[in-house]
Amino acid sequence: MDILSLFVIVPVLTIIALLFTKGLKQARLVSMVGSIFQLGMAINLVIAYFKERAINDSIMVFTKDFVWFEQFNIHYSIGVDGISVALIVLTTIVVLAGVFISWKMADLPKEFFISLLVLSTGVYGFFISIDLFTMFLFYEIAVIPMYLLIGIWGSGPKEYSAMKLTLMLMGASAVLMVGIFGIYFNSNADGGALTFNILEIAQVNIPFEAQKLFFPLTFIGFAVLGALFPFHTWSPDGHASAPTAVSMLHAGVLMKLGGYGVFRVAMFLLPEGTIHWSWFFIILAAIGVVYGAFGAIKQTDLKYINAYASVSHLGLVLFALLTLNKIAWNGAILQSLSHGLLTAMFFALIGMVYGRTHTRDIHKLGGLMKIVPFIGAIYVITGMAYLGLPGFSGFVAEMNIFVGAFQNPDMFQRVLTVLAVSSIVVTAVYILRLVGKIMMGPLVNEDFKNLPKVTWYEKTGILLLLIPIVGMGVAPLWLSDMIMASLDPFIKGVL
Amino acid sequence: MNFSNFLLMRHEILLLTITLLLLIGEIFINKNKKSSLVHLAIFLFGIHTAIGFFAIDECSIFGGSFQTNNLIHLFKNVLNIGVFTLLLQSADWIQEKIVNQNRGTEFFILLFTSLLGMYFMISAGDFLMFYIGLELSTLPVAALASYETLKRKSSEAGIKLILSAALASGVSLFGISLLYATSGSIFFHNIIEVITSTNLTILGFILFFAGLSFKISLVPFHFWTADVYEGAPISVASYLSVISKGAAAFILMVLMFTIFKPLIHTWENIVYIVALATMFIGNLFALRQQNMKRFLAFSSIAQAGFILLGLITGTQLGTATVVYFILIYIFSNLAAFGVVQAISLKTGKENMDDYNGLYRTNPNLSLVMMLALFSLAGIPPVAGFFGKFFLFTAAASKGYYLLVFLAVVNVTISLYYYLLVVRAMFIRKNDHPIPFFKNKLYMRLGLLITVIGILVLGLYSPLYDYIYELSSIYN
Repeated sequence: MDILSLFVIVPVLTIIALLFTKGLKQARLVSMVGSIFQLGMAINLVIAYFKERAINDSIMVFTKDFVWFEQFNIHYSIGVDGISVALIVLTTIVVLAGVFISWKMADLPKEFFISLLVLSTGVYGFFISIDLFTMFLFYEIAVIPMYLLIGIWGSGPKEYSAMKLTLMLMGASAVLMVGIFGIYFNSNADGGALTFNILEIAQVNIPFEAQKLFFPLTFIGFAVLGALFPFHTWSPDGHASAPTAVSMLHAGVLMKLGGYGVFRVAMFLLPEGTIHWSWFFIILAAIGVVYGAFGAIKQTDLKYINAYASVSHLGLVLFALLTLNKIAWNGAILQSLSHGLLTAMFFALIGMVYGRTHTRDIHKLGGLMKIVPFIGAIYVITGMAYLGLPGFSGFVAEMNIFVGAFQNPDMFQRVLTVLAVSSIVVTAVYILRLVGKIMMGPLVNEDFKNLPKVTWYEKTGILLLLIPIVGMGVAPLWLSDMIMASLDPFIKGVL
Repeated sequence: MNFSNFLLMRHEILLLTITLLLLIGEIFINKNKKSSLVHLAIFLFGIHTAIGFFAIDECSIFGGSFQTNNLIHLFKNVLNIGVFTLLLQSADWIQEKIVNQNRGTEFFILLFTSLLGMYFMISAGDFLMFYIGLELSTLPVAALASYETLKRKSSEAGIKLILSAALASGVSLFGISLLYATSGSIFFHNIIEVITSTNLTILGFILFFAGLSFKISLVPFHFWTADVYEGAPISVASYLSVISKGAAAFILMVLMFTIFKPLIHTWENIVYIVALATMFIGNLFALRQQNMKRFLAFSSIAQAGFILLGLITGTQLGTATVVYFILIYIFSNLAAFGVVQAISLKTGKENMDDYNGLYRTNPNLSLVMMLALFSLAGIPPVAGFFGKFFLFTAAASKGYYLLVFLAVVNVTISLYYYLLVVRAMFIRKNDHPIPFFKNKLYMRLGLLITVIGILVLGLYSPLYDYIYELSSIYN
């Protein structure tokens, strides 16, 4: 069995095992074992990747190819480079942390964990695919469980949020589908056969007219998932209504599919279209960065704050990708990883606060540091990392993005970069204000004095996320090298 | 005349034999054990379905008025599996409601006769055979639609169906007569040779197309659909939306790809507009339906619109994707109707609100329903995704990107109302949910077949390749 297909097979086997479980205890045990196994596989993958990379310099390694639908030239075709390896590792970490955070999921536990694992199967499949058809298939597999996860286990206006999220994302995938058809039917432009294979299409010179037409469709199709302004509106509602583990997985992992897809499909396969359209989308991305940050200031619900912050930080990913600069791209990937860990951590902490105090309104919270110091301390650390304090992952990512973006002497892009940089200040405002209010401030509610202690499974989940956050901040170079080496084939097309 | 020719009509002759056997069988069955008639019918039809899978030679007999080939043969088998599943799903209903009124045999006879008509229709080699098949397949269904005689809505459904069917077949007949006038023959192979794009043939085509559109319930000929589905017994509604629609879409495709091929520049535009109208009207009207039968009626109208996306191409790819899509559609829709039938039989409830909280009492039924709806909506990894993706690929292969775009917009709209049912079953709470009940063996078997179909048909790629290979016959 090859090392990559296991990432699809193991979750599927876990799901099948879950079908035979009864009650919460068995279900969470099976999911935990499955997720730990996946984490082990991911670590193994990283080691194997470095070994393979030393002797193999093709774009993708560990490639496997099976013909699936012969008539359409659809293959089950897989392979990874440094970027996908990094994102797979991120996914395994967040999934395992999510399982720990959902340790006490009382209502329909079996179904909950099954949906969670279906989602992660889709994500893994997406990251390992190098065939547009299978990629699209896994993309939709990853999106649809969100409906049930938010609808059944969510809170607040969950029916509305779940429907809005699903329809917007599925609508985006519909647009994407047309883009994929456009790419597919132009993949014989050089006289070859029609193909869905990304690496093969990249060799083809798709006519400029087609690139101009299909780039916006492909880009928007993916970027909606990456919360591109003005298509971000599903994200705050969805995050706010979702249960903790789902918010973690969703903001932490699922939204990364958007940036990854933009990078891997839209920009890689349609480079001339990218150059033609980048000025337009970079404006949208910059607006998203600033808008998200100001939106976060205005909110009073902890989850909404974090959701808008995600819009801002993921806007930064799209912004960096559209600057068409290698260092900025490196920053974009690092930002994806860093934001994935940090936002998952934030949602986990919010879930822990909410589970104890039963409110997410910042006006009703205060002085939690004295009562649950663990949550308080981690909250402060995460906040600092989020606003880009050196020594944590956020700094490395944002530094790369802005240095890269500023390298372009074009005035238009510099103005936008300055605009985007200003979001750092705004981020500092809402993070520090938040920490000051709910952690440091005076105790607002006497009932909070008896809040339950932090349990071992919560601590495990948090530590799982904290270690890579600090690790990325302290020793970013090996990761950065791995990503940089994988960027070369992609940057060639757009320079 | 060689008698071995009759063996080539194996499907038709066997079905006729079964029908007669059932008629005779009723005489010998003990009055107190009338329900064993159902077992007999299912058993006989099962054998018929199994025998159908043996290979058959390509042929054209009776002077060319009856023809068959591997694709037609495959399609007849698909129809057989569909009807077999339908029989399993409606066995309980027949046993409980129909047999004790002494009308069990008639039900099977009418159903099988209608199926026989479809065999003749899709095997037709001339317009006479085609027309006989069309009528034979429609008239018994009108009787079946009004089978629940005590309900006013059921009688109304029967009348509505027969009136619109009569009108439709009249219109097609007029179209056929115009074609005869221009080409001087009713045989397909003669018409193919002489047909040219003149005003008269185009008018003939349009009338013919309109007539068949009634059967497939394409907009603007869809008005009967929702009312008939709502009034008719669920088995009959299911039969209409699955088997009848599938067969009509198939023969329409075959005729458009063969004898009407020279008119492709005309019918491309017609199909384009009709496809858009059908998808949008079907989907938009489905949004606000509360009754599950009406809901599925509009959903099946919208699905017919998707079929037209493959039809518009006029290529081998189009043939293959349409047949593949119909195959998947049959299984998905049968599963949905099966669940509606099971619930309606036990509780008499048919509204979407009644399904609130269903998952917590009847998880298996809810899961089947969810799979069926996801397949209809085209969500991976179930079969519907592959069916739709390939249909859209076919349309895009001819450069109809705008049409594909509008179709995927429709997929999103349709997802909304399919999710409404999922929401009712999984998310909504209910103070008085449908209590837990266990289905009888036949129903469970009937649902199992559909679920296997939904899960396997898409992922198992050799099936598509096989259909594609067979489809070369019409190009």
